[in-house]
Amino acid sequence: MAVKGTSMRKLILPFILALAGAVAWPASAAEELRIGISQYPTTLHPSREASVAKSYVLAMTRRPMTVYDQQWELICMLCTELPSIEAGSAVPEDLPPGVEGAGNGRGIALSYTIQPEATWGDGTPVTTRDVLFTWKAGRHPTAGIGNLELYRRIHAIDVIDDKTFVIHYDRISFEYAAINDFQLLPAHIEEPIFDAAPEDYRNRTAYDTDPTNPGLAYGPYRIVEAIPGSRVILERNETWWGKPPVFDRITILTIEQTTALEANLLSGNIDMIAGELGLTLDQALAFEKRHGGDYDVVYEPGLLYEHIDLMLDNPILQDRRVRQALVYAIDRAAISERLFEGRQPVAHSGVSPLDWVYYKDVKTYPFNPEKAAELLDAAGWTERRGGIRHNAAGKPLRLEFMTTAGSRVRELVQQVLQSQWKQAGIDIRVRNEPARVFFGQTVHERRFTGLAMFAWGSSPENVPRSTLHSEEIPTEANGWSGQNYTGFKNAEMDQLIEAINLELDRPKREKLWHRLQQISAEEMPVIPLYWRANPYVLPKWLKGVRPTGQMASSSLWIEDWTVEGR
Amino acid sequence: MLSYLTRRLTESLLVLAVMSLVIYALIGLMPGDPIDIMVFSDPEMTPAEAERLRAIYGLDRPIFERYLAWLGNALTGDFGYSRLYNQPTLDILLPRLGNTVILMGLSFLLALAIALPAGIYAATRPQSPVDHAINLLAFAGISVPPFWLAILLIILFAVTLGWLPAGGMGDGRDFWGDLRYLVLPVMALTIATVGGVIRFMRAAALEALRQDYVRTAAAKGLTGRQIVIGHVLRNALIPVVTILALQMGNLFSGALITEQIFAYLGMGKTIYDSVIGNDYNVALAGLLLATLTTLLANLLADLAYAWLDPRISYR
Repeated sequence: MAVKGTSMRKLILPFILALAGAVAWPASAAEELRIGISQYPTTLHPSREASVAKSYVLAMTRRPMTVYDQQWELICMLCTELPSIEAGSAVPEDLPPGVEGAGNGRGIALSYTIQPEATWGDGTPVTTRDVLFTWKAGRHPTAGIGNLELYRRIHAIDVIDDKTFVIHYDRISFEYAAINDFQLLPAHIEEPIFDAAPEDYRNRTAYDTDPTNPGLAYGPYRIVEAIPGSRVILERNETWWGKPPVFDRITILTIEQTTALEANLLSGNIDMIAGELGLTLDQALAFEKRHGGDYDVVYEPGLLYEHIDLMLDNPILQDRRVRQALVYAIDRAAISERLFEGRQPVAHSGVSPLDWVYYKDVKTYPFNPEKAAELLDAAGWTERRGGIRHNAAGKPLRLEFMTTAGSRVRELVQQVLQSQWKQAGIDIRVRNEPARVFFGQTVHERRFTGLAMFAWGSSPENVPRSTLHSEEIPTEANGWSGQNYTGFKNAEMDQLIEAINLELDRPKREKLWHRLQQISAEEMPVIPLYWRANPYVLPKWLKGVRPTGQMASSSLWIEDWTVEGR
Repeated sequence: MLSYLTRRLTESLLVLAVMSLVIYALIGLMPGDPIDIMVFSDPEMTPAEAERLRAIYGLDRPIFERYLAWLGNALTGDFGYSRLYNQPTLDILLPRLGNTVILMGLSFLLALAIALPAGIYAATRPQSPVDHAINLLAFAGISVPPFWLAILLIILFAVTLGWLPAGGMGDGRDFWGDLRYLVLPVMALTIATVGGVIRFMRAAALEALRQDYVRTAAAKGLTGRQIVIGHVLRNALIPVVTILALQMGNLFSGALITEQIFAYLGMGKTIYDSVIGNDYNVALAGLLLATLTTLLANLLADLAYAWLDPRISYR
């Protein structure tokens, strides 16, 4: 039975026409920069929920009071001069009655002056009124601002004039001048919303209900369009007081799938991929081989530190010799060289070699299988059965190794480590979990039994209190607070952490830091692996993008980005 | 008919109520809550602060109590706020539902427009070279992994030829410009869907062609076209309608990979992100919307049976 049919051709025709109509795909306009990132900010409110995506976007619309720059030096951005004890603008003082502080009764008064020309995008000057409102909202118990502790530690603010104020902080630490997280909020817009219902402020803030309001920005750009999950478009902020940026318009596109992110770059849909939230290192290395002639691929190793936490409640890992043997048995230099082409240097401790407090003579653990075997023998794991070491009681040297499932680079490293440990007679059982479960429960509630591989990000000279102090071990009783997931307890380490925080003298503090690193390297509660590098994929015509290698976004200096030969 | 409709709609409401409790409980049982994520990313957060935030978000109350509070609000149309985007849940879901309906609707219609004639054409010429060619293409469509196909389309049409944008969405100001963003995702989804529908259609048409009424119609002197359109197509559509109705649930999940690769804001990606990101309110409302769509599609399919086959009636 034959049926004539031309319908197929008719059906395909509109599709072909649609394709043909699309041939004239416009190239990016010269004054626009299109940036691809792999995540959309959860909120655009500066003080709610820290996220890398949010920091990247907001770095272009506002500026923090203080920040660590590309040289990891603390600088003023919204303020005019850092307070200092030497200059008399930071004055140690006794705490008033009723203020607990750090327990020693001492605090500090810090004077700041806001940039005289700083003005919100709607023409309202940035003043101390904004400072007072920010403090009020920040310490309100039900407003839902994240870092409540920061605002509570400020026990008073004196207003000198419209631009100058004095913060009274309830403790003195070496980084007393840093108020990086004190993110100014526009009182003229946010205060009426806050006062109407503080407990509902987090849902009603203009940053999320009216993100294109020009009065929310005082940086070089302001948001003109925000489509949650998709894109943010920025245009010049006419009230910006600093150096004018080159681009009239910045479009930040969210493309979560990194392969698609790469394809979008090649097709010209985006001009660059941000290193803060972009390609994985292996993708960037492959991309550079194929298209390195057309793009600059910049790798910036910084303070993102890949490591393995060892569960010290496990009797096997309680033996320091076993922990040290684990490090001697793996060839981290070969991993860095072969998997990462040397772009991610081996880490010897949790302190970056780029940080001024790094101790260059810290004990290192080069690949040494003989030394590993010696230590394991000494720890009683002498008998080999089927290639696996056993102790006198016949118990195998077996450990569980966990990381985030689906993370390609981590799983690759994990396989290499598993095979190297097998050579040393250590039976490693891999049990990976989705990041949601791994971080949300397994690590957070210390449910891993052996090894847990993940990364830490930090700021320069970051005191590892939350990860190494014995008071920071998460338990059910403390609501799983703290990040000392290994359960490391060392009285000298606790004292050093406390002392570093309070020591203002740099040479003395440096010595304390060196001792801290020595203990950490000797005790080895955490196996340092490598310093992760963020790959920035930039067009050849874009100059001046300088990654910081730490938490501060490269986009904080967007006015220094220039165009050459586009 | 009216009593049948009333009964089915009542049943659907009951299913929705039960599903809302089940989904709420399942989400509540997932490891970690939004505050755990905040604690993990903020070493400065003290236990007291975490507890304060839990109380603000109502996470310190028993799950059933939370469910009842949610249900009470939902019945008044208040589905709460999205934790991930800090906006009312419906403000997040409704535009994306619209996007998904456009994306999936277009690819669904295109797939039907290709699959129905192709399936019947192949069935009327079994084992012919055309039948083999259509089968080959259908199996190719079924076998190709969607993520690979999507990337391939991007490389061909966006990177190599530069005809179409590799991803993203239009801004709603230029209809033809916005349409360009739809071409590749629609193409990817259509190719992934069309093979299965062709196979169903071909099998159903082959079965219908073997029936006595087809032989009788031919004996009465009807042309091939009259027989296919008047008898074969209508009978063959009954099993196909069932399959299509069941596929409606895929409206929300089936396009997840396509949405991710093409950076298209749709329901699949939204529900996935909300589950992974502990965005309870959006996950719950999105999954309930998916349940409702499946229930309604099945109801429509049941009604379509009566239209396609007059022997079926509902009481």
